[in-house]
Amino acid sequence: MTNENRRLDLALICGVLGLFILPWFHIRSGFFGGEWIHDLLSNPRYWPGFFQLYLGKLQLLPVFALVGTVGFLRQKAAPGRRGSLIAMIGAMGLAWMVIQGLSIGLRGWNWDLLTATFGSIEGQPAFGAGAIFLLLSFAGFISFGLAEKGALKGDAIVLSAVTLLILLVVTFVFYPILSMFAGAFQDFRGNFTTEGVMRNITDPQIWKLSCLAGGSCGIAWRTMFLAICTAAGSTTLGLAFALIVTRTNMPFRKGLRLLSILPIITPPFVIGLALTLMMGRTGFVTESIEAATGLELGRWIYGLPGIWLAQMLSFTPISFLVLVGVVEGISPSLEEASQTMRSGRWRTFRKVSLPLMAPGLANAFLIGFIESMADFGNPMVLGGNGGVLSTEIFFAVVGAQSDPSRAAVLATILLIFTLSAFFAQRVWLGKRNFATVTGKGDGGRYAKLPKRIAIPVGTVVAFWSLFTVAVYGLILFGGFVKVWGLDHSVTLDHYITAFAVSFEGGFSFTGVAWNSFWTTMWIALAAAPLTAAVGILSAWLIVRQDFPGKSAFEFGLMMSFAIPGTVIGISYILAFNLPPLQMTGTALILIFCFVFRNMPVGVRGGVAAMSQLDKNLDEASLTLGANSARTLKKVILPLLRPAIQAALVYSFVRAITSISAVIFLVSAKYNMATAYVVGLVENGEYGVAIAYSSVLIFVMITVIVGFQLIVGERKLRRPENKTKKSPREGKLKEVAA
Amino acid sequence: MTHLNFGQVRFENVGKNYGDFTAIPDLNLVIEPGQLVTLLGPSGCGKTTTLRMIAGLETPTSGRIMIGGQDVTRLPPNERDVSMVFQSYALFPHMSVLENVKYGLESSGLKNAEELAFKGLDLVGLREKAPRLPSELSGGQQQRVAVARALVLEPQVLLLDEPLSNLDARLRRLVRTEIREIQQRLDFTAVYVTHDQEEALAVSDRIVVMRDGRIEQDGTPFELYESPASEFIADFIGEANILDCDISSIVEDSAHIAIGDAKYLLRNRNHSVGKAKLAARANSIKLNKENTTGLTGKIKSAAYLGDHFQYEVLSDLGDLFVIDNETNHQLENGTTVGIDFDVRGLALIGGKK
Repeated sequence: MTNENRRLDLALICGVLGLFILPWFHIRSGFFGGEWIHDLLSNPRYWPGFFQLYLGKLQLLPVFALVGTVGFLRQKAAPGRRGSLIAMIGAMGLAWMVIQGLSIGLRGWNWDLLTATFGSIEGQPAFGAGAIFLLLSFAGFISFGLAEKGALKGDAIVLSAVTLLILLVVTFVFYPILSMFAGAFQDFRGNFTTEGVMRNITDPQIWKLSCLAGGSCGIAWRTMFLAICTAAGSTTLGLAFALIVTRTNMPFRKGLRLLSILPIITPPFVIGLALTLMMGRTGFVTESIEAATGLELGRWIYGLPGIWLAQMLSFTPISFLVLVGVVEGISPSLEEASQTMRSGRWRTFRKVSLPLMAPGLANAFLIGFIESMADFGNPMVLGGNGGVLSTEIFFAVVGAQSDPSRAAVLATILLIFTLSAFFAQRVWLGKRNFATVTGKGDGGRYAKLPKRIAIPVGTVVAFWSLFTVAVYGLILFGGFVKVWGLDHSVTLDHYITAFAVSFEGGFSFTGVAWNSFWTTMWIALAAAPLTAAVGILSAWLIVRQDFPGKSAFEFGLMMSFAIPGTVIGISYILAFNLPPLQMTGTALILIFCFVFRNMPVGVRGGVAAMSQLDKNLDEASLTLGANSARTLKKVILPLLRPAIQAALVYSFVRAITSISAVIFLVSAKYNMATAYVVGLVENGEYGVAIAYSSVLIFVMITVIVGFQLIVGERKLRRPENKTKKSPREGKLKEVAA
Repeated sequence: MTHLNFGQVRFENVGKNYGDFTAIPDLNLVIEPGQLVTLLGPSGCGKTTTLRMIAGLETPTSGRIMIGGQDVTRLPPNERDVSMVFQSYALFPHMSVLENVKYGLESSGLKNAEELAFKGLDLVGLREKAPRLPSELSGGQQQRVAVARALVLEPQVLLLDEPLSNLDARLRRLVRTEIREIQQRLDFTAVYVTHDQEEALAVSDRIVVMRDGRIEQDGTPFELYESPASEFIADFIGEANILDCDISSIVEDSAHIAIGDAKYLLRNRNHSVGKAKLAARANSIKLNKENTTGLTGKIKSAAYLGDHFQYEVLSDLGDLFVIDNETNHQLENGTTVGIDFDVRGLALIGGKK
């Protein structure tokens, strides 16, 4: 029976640590820096909660009472009886911390109503280490109390994991989004006002429809128009590629599969960058066309057509990846059946194959739509004067007329667009699910495409492949050219500017890129294991455990796929800039952003892998006396290794290429490679930008190939391993779907 | 902790709901130490749920479960002194046979885990397979590893969830005798779940037949076969024809009954005079082509199964399912036959113990 008390002691120690030892409030110079220790005695701001109470922070009184009560119950009450009470105290503690944290800001009450009711109060800084420990302690009370009550088979480890994950998801997904909505209704001083919303929601810049009459339309309509064009285009091209790869004998078609790796390793603005080199004002395509025809093309690439082209190049591979799965998923015997019933290839394709692909096509369309809406890098580089929602949000924050309310309104509009697409997809797909993969052996072969389709489609695919190769070749080549468009002599200058090292007076990195490069590397390295851990843990809970609110939890995770990075960026700024949680300008906020932005991928991969594991394996381990932690460590994690490795690599790579959310969160101290490159582009330093991008791509290819080699080797040794699906490709499909 | 009730499992008013669905309404059951008790029933009868509640893999919605006199209702599986053999064996595919058997011993923090694990493997005769991976063993060997893995922990109660269902018929007979033999030698309590009545009859000290989450009948194999409590039991255990009969008089232990015009003397189990049902085993019905005076019927279909014939017979009593061990001659469809019963294969249904 000491087990219950032992873990309760752990939570209590955590609480005592938080209240009596650690500094209660946020430390601006950084808790981990440790500088505050020198001033600990002289500066009351660094004192623990107990002394803060003494200093007059009476809002802390209830938490002392609650922790004290649990301490009393620990001594006096038997585990069977106190469970509900302890869980309730934990919940009350959490609730009180949230209430007081949100109500009392830096300058006193956050709302005038409270000032009027209770009189004025001294302000408080954001939560610090002490407060965080106390929150963990309350979370522990909830989990352990419920465990003593026998919830979820009395499994304290599972309950702790559930509580912790729900807290994290609420804090880092839902709270920021809510803050964003709230941010729309606040003025600079944080007071409630509808002025900003009213002004922006009716802004003709956003909603005007004058393009119908020959003018230019509002950003919202332009963004939507662009998204529809990109979605339609990339779906069509993706389907063409998928058909060519699976249903023709075209040469090099195996090589086309390599396409699928491109969007993963390409930082999102790189395509835009390459396009400007190609078709910008001084681009060689522009120049040769102008020379040949005498037309003045000018800056046509800047604006919607350019963005559209860049997005087509960026997202066609994703659509291809989805549609290859769809096309291969159609059972050949269905087509063979159709052919035996006197239908030719064309009729079979039209009447059987295409309708079966319809849900997949819709899926690809909606992915293209959401990706285009969320894309920040390409519009940033190619937007020119006419931006889209995601760039407009950025300029509303960092531009001359800094207007958080406008940013919040725009972000909300963007979020509504993408979420509607997401829900439309769910509803639409819910009704039409022709699962043609039956799991039965299917000996048939795919019907080849009829010639009258194969030839035109093949031509388009060949052309587009060449175009893609040219664009990527340009990225490699562009870094070695002195001044693009003017002086094409070969040089290493850009690489030297970016990545020079010096041996004078000891070894040092003198290139301009090193700073952001190393920051990117260590932040990506720090975020990757956390992402994988949170993702796999969530997957384990979703697949293996039953807890109240599970479907909501799962749905929330899936939904976060549809939240554009820009929206996340702006919402993190609005949420974590002021107490109770203050993290802007730190590396921590970048890490959290990556973890919760990339976690859904880990979850999907984990869910897919775990569904293949027999549930009896966990149960066997439990009945053999291992607790949940040992079961995870010894049985589940070893069997999930491929999925975990995939999640690690994926989140690492995504952290390197991510821009849309990151650009809001970087600071002078913690700059990320992508944000730095965008800065270079804005200053017109294309050479260095391209050189830096090539290096990033090279690093990511190295990581992915190295990972592939490691996994491949392991498979050779144990061919009979249960999870035999190629993890990376499986992962990619998961991501894309 | 040796205890007076060591190895006893007790269900007290246990109920289990999954949402709106009631899997088990109200279960009271005591499994005595050292016995092999089988939970038998068609799929969905709640037998596996009952087993999983002993293991702690399901939590009862109401009531309590005691193991060895201790209330374990809220105890997680890893803190209960039971171990389980799974239908799919659930051998960890990434661990060798030895590591699998050692796993539970190490969870319990035993120092001589390896030595005990080898002892366990000796018990099932698989010592030399210790370094292999489970996937390198045959189905029967995997099954024995799963048994060894559960046994080495010397639990109060061993749970077996349809342990033989993945084996072929021959192996099934072999392994079930082996399990029974080990159980009797080591004298532990075992709870065995199966839907195969033959298996249940072969291995059990006691059989608990379940239906819709309730206990339909609970007794020794002999009791279940000889005095079925209901038509369901009679039909489920050893396929019987359920017939109407009249009990004309009861004299102490004997009941005079009549099936149609034919009269028989059966053992009485607290029945009373009047209408009743009885179970007639398929092989207790004798068909006679020559003598067609008493009860008669007509052959509807016939099948040859090597060591016996199976007939379907249309009769005044209804359709009868008959097994004839006389394989020299086959009765053609449409033949009219006389029907007689062997009293040893007749049992009155119901009554009280």
